[in-house]
Amino acid sequence: MVEGKAILDIRDLYVWFRVYEGLSKVLDGVSLHVQEGERVGLVGETGCGKTVAMKAAMGILKSPPAQFPHGEVLLASHDVLRMPPSEILKMKGRTISMIFQDPLSSLNPVFTVGQQMFDVIRYGRRRASGDGRLTKAKLRKTAVEELTSVRLPDPERILKLYPLELSGGMRQRMLIAMALVNRPRLLVADEPGTALDVTIQAQILALLKALVNEAGIAVLLITHDLGVVRKMAERVYIMYAGQVAGEGPVAEIFDDPKHPYTQGLLSSVPRLTGEVLAEGIPGTVPDYTEAPSGCRFHPRCSHAMDQCVKQKPPMVEVSAKRHVACYLYSGGVDE
Amino acid sequence: MSEPILQVKNLVKYFPVRSGLLHKVVGQVRAVDDVSFDVQEGEIFGLVGESGSGKSTVAKTIVQLYGLTGGTVYFEGKNMSAMTKQTAKWFRREVQMVFQDPKSSLNPRRSIISTLEDPLIIYGIGKSRMERERIIRTLLEQVEMSSRYMYKYPSALSGGQRQRVAIARALAVNPSFLALDEPTSALDVSVQAKLIHLFLRLKEELALSYLFITHNLSLVRTIAARAAVMYLGKIYELGPTDLLFHHPIHPYTKTLIAAAPVVTKEEERVKPQEMSKEGEIPSPVNPPSGCAFHPRCSVAQSRCSEALPSPVEIEAGHFVWCHQAQDFAASESIKAETTGSIGR
Amino acid sequence: MSSNQRVAPTPDETRWAAFKDRLGRGWYKFRRNRISLVGGAMVLLFVFLASFAHYVTPYPRHAGAYTDFLNAFNPPSTAHWFGTDSLGADVLTRIIFGSQISFMLAGVVLGISVPFGVFLGLLSGYIGGKTETVIMRITDIFLALPALVMALAICAAFTPSIDKAMLAVASIWWTWHCRLVNGITRSIKTEEFVQASRVLGASHLRIIFKDILPNCASPIIVKITLDAGFVILVGAALSFLGLGAQPPAEDLGTMISIGSKYLPERWWMTVFPSLAIFFIILGFNLLGDGLRDALAVEEGG
Repeated sequence: MVEGKAILDIRDLYVWFRVYEGLSKVLDGVSLHVQEGERVGLVGETGCGKTVAMKAAMGILKSPPAQFPHGEVLLASHDVLRMPPSEILKMKGRTISMIFQDPLSSLNPVFTVGQQMFDVIRYGRRRASGDGRLTKAKLRKTAVEELTSVRLPDPERILKLYPLELSGGMRQRMLIAMALVNRPRLLVADEPGTALDVTIQAQILALLKALVNEAGIAVLLITHDLGVVRKMAERVYIMYAGQVAGEGPVAEIFDDPKHPYTQGLLSSVPRLTGEVLAEGIPGTVPDYTEAPSGCRFHPRCSHAMDQCVKQKPPMVEVSAKRHVACYLYSGGVDE
Repeated sequence: MSEPILQVKNLVKYFPVRSGLLHKVVGQVRAVDDVSFDVQEGEIFGLVGESGSGKSTVAKTIVQLYGLTGGTVYFEGKNMSAMTKQTAKWFRREVQMVFQDPKSSLNPRRSIISTLEDPLIIYGIGKSRMERERIIRTLLEQVEMSSRYMYKYPSALSGGQRQRVAIARALAVNPSFLALDEPTSALDVSVQAKLIHLFLRLKEELALSYLFITHNLSLVRTIAARAAVMYLGKIYELGPTDLLFHHPIHPYTKTLIAAAPVVTKEEERVKPQEMSKEGEIPSPVNPPSGCAFHPRCSVAQSRCSEALPSPVEIEAGHFVWCHQAQDFAASESIKAETTGSIGR
Repeated sequence: MSSNQRVAPTPDETRWAAFKDRLGRGWYKFRRNRISLVGGAMVLLFVFLASFAHYVTPYPRHAGAYTDFLNAFNPPSTAHWFGTDSLGADVLTRIIFGSQISFMLAGVVLGISVPFGVFLGLLSGYIGGKTETVIMRITDIFLALPALVMALAICAAFTPSIDKAMLAVASIWWTWHCRLVNGITRSIKTEEFVQASRVLGASHLRIIFKDILPNCASPIIVKITLDAGFVILVGAALSFLGLGAQPPAEDLGTMISIGSKYLPERWWMTVFPSLAIFFIILGFNLLGDGLRDALAVEEGG
């Protein structure tokens, strides 16, 4: 199913956690991939497991308490789950880079923008050429170039400032600059712009999109905001309770959702055109220590059938490049 | 037209900025700077804006969390600043608030029943422990929560459930007006939908009026009858939501609507063109002169920085605070007539 | 939603069930950290020994005024595990009885200083403004002076005795709790649940005691546990210098002081009381760490 080079390939991943109440089976056979240069969204509501999947992709899940009973995570063809931490470290910043949700807590408040940028640049160059020695002038030049590319006004002056002296939007731009300076092959963006105002967020997202397109950087965008996904991503995975409900081109899925969960989700989004809001999806997100069998959405699904309880539905193709994990479209187990 | 349940006239709220060991005042945060609007009985009035707009401060001043710096607020015709202790107590029961962040609006160290008992004890609702417990069960039922959760702590509840408890707490004193400060912004979209329907149902059942504060324009469009757009302490556009969204006039309103993340093609089509230059939102300590949006406005003229715009009523009930309001309105109407479509 | 009330609430609903659940969770978090279990066990053991000193010590009559010069200076043996001291009394017994005094010291000191400090902290944090500045600057002055030196000075001004020592330490100990609670109060004050209480019309007292204080409880408990060890140390230091417990009602510090005269040949008279202090403090510290984890509020969402 994966043509071309996948920079990130998660195959049938199961992730469990040992907690007070028992065994929390968060991810239940999640498969997703990101091709080189592709912009992919991973959408789901709180507790759907997207953050766990992301952390697994980054190799930052602590084990214990995490357990990986099955599945692989291939980052540029390296099996991240079975790699020693030192190997994973080598990939950070170079192969894979990340922007977090809250720019303020991602930046060290006691170092200036310049110091933090230089750090990242030096780190990247060291990995590339084994030579960490860069002249101060070269560092400055690179840093200023990067800050200019994220459209920060007066970058020379900004280098001397501390993160707290910048506005939220500027900090987010700085984070983007830091994440992209070493030209990673994959950028993981966790809820970018959530902490920002709408008009600022719009600017930042447009900027991010332009930058990654220009540099051919693949993006894995993790968010619960469907509008952001529509703006930024080409392809999207919809996750529910640790399972992938559907996958495909964004516009297609949003304009014509197939999976009952996706349908419920989209109808819950208030419309700018002012239509009456749907009543949401009945029921609540399941407890992972007692997760429903088969398709985990079945307790809340108005189309649930017997086989939905028995076995997890396979991903079937409903159109070119589009897949849904639902028996409504796959004709059932026995057929 | 009956008298509005809430009237805000020229509301001003400044916060002093203090510095030094002696707490000297060195500046003012002009959080709310001459804001006026009404809320009709049974209406949902939306207040939209981004950070620094002052929308939360308006709500918190109305519920008397902060004292006013200037202006007047009338509730059911009574002047809030001129209240006696009696009327103040009555007012607190009539006007309540639901806060934004479910994580912090409930005390993490108090059980649900303890949090809900507080308002009952304060106002002597329910004479005994048993009676209060019964009332709390009813309240929880009203917000569609099982009384199973009574002895639990907020950490055992999801965001949506916590907000329901926050709503129950506000309803415990039997108010007629609720200020809702971004009550669903921290929640998932499907949970938000459920809560919005809860709000709508409660409004009908309990004859409530809402001041609904949010930055989510689609949400305002969906549930508010009328709305006002705030920027750096002032209102720049106000009117019935239908009209507001069909013909947004102020460049900031247009920018705001254009920036709203949407999920369908139809919504993209109805969006106006954004009219701003790339830039940051200024701080309310030192807002720009004249129309505060002028530094970011792509069509600003010299008069925009010199003087505050006065309100222009471009259609029934639809007011715009912009020097070029008439010109913009004229071009909008022409477009509407010729193409029959809404916005661009 | 159905409105039929069940006659007997299901287990989920009762306050007792919810309490047990919380206790269980807290215990789960606590016992995950092996080391704090050790600390807890140690503290329990020492407190038990001290409480039932009369019944657990091999020679209870050796406590207090006792002389048996024939048996003085015996090294550790099967009859006397820790040997005997200069007066012939069993060292182990005297250690256990001495620890009684240490625990009592900790109890009284903390019993006086904590409520006072917490009260001032709540007040200054909540009122803010100039009142807070005044109270906190006074606190700062106290904090700037080393606890031991202050206690020494106060003690030395009066005839040395164990109660003066306790008062001395208590008079400077409140400042830590004041500062701790002040900090917490200041941050809690701006939380939305406090604002919600205000909007509901709660009085200031109600807010302070029902909203703010419960949020201070955990850090205070953890601090008390960690303090206990340190207070005992300060008390022992005072006694060592002759300003605290006086013979024949010796506490651990006095024992070390007396025993130090006979070093290094009769080492057991100094080493064992020192080890006792060491382990008591260690126990409290480990316990305190574990409690901190167990009492931490779960961040949900």
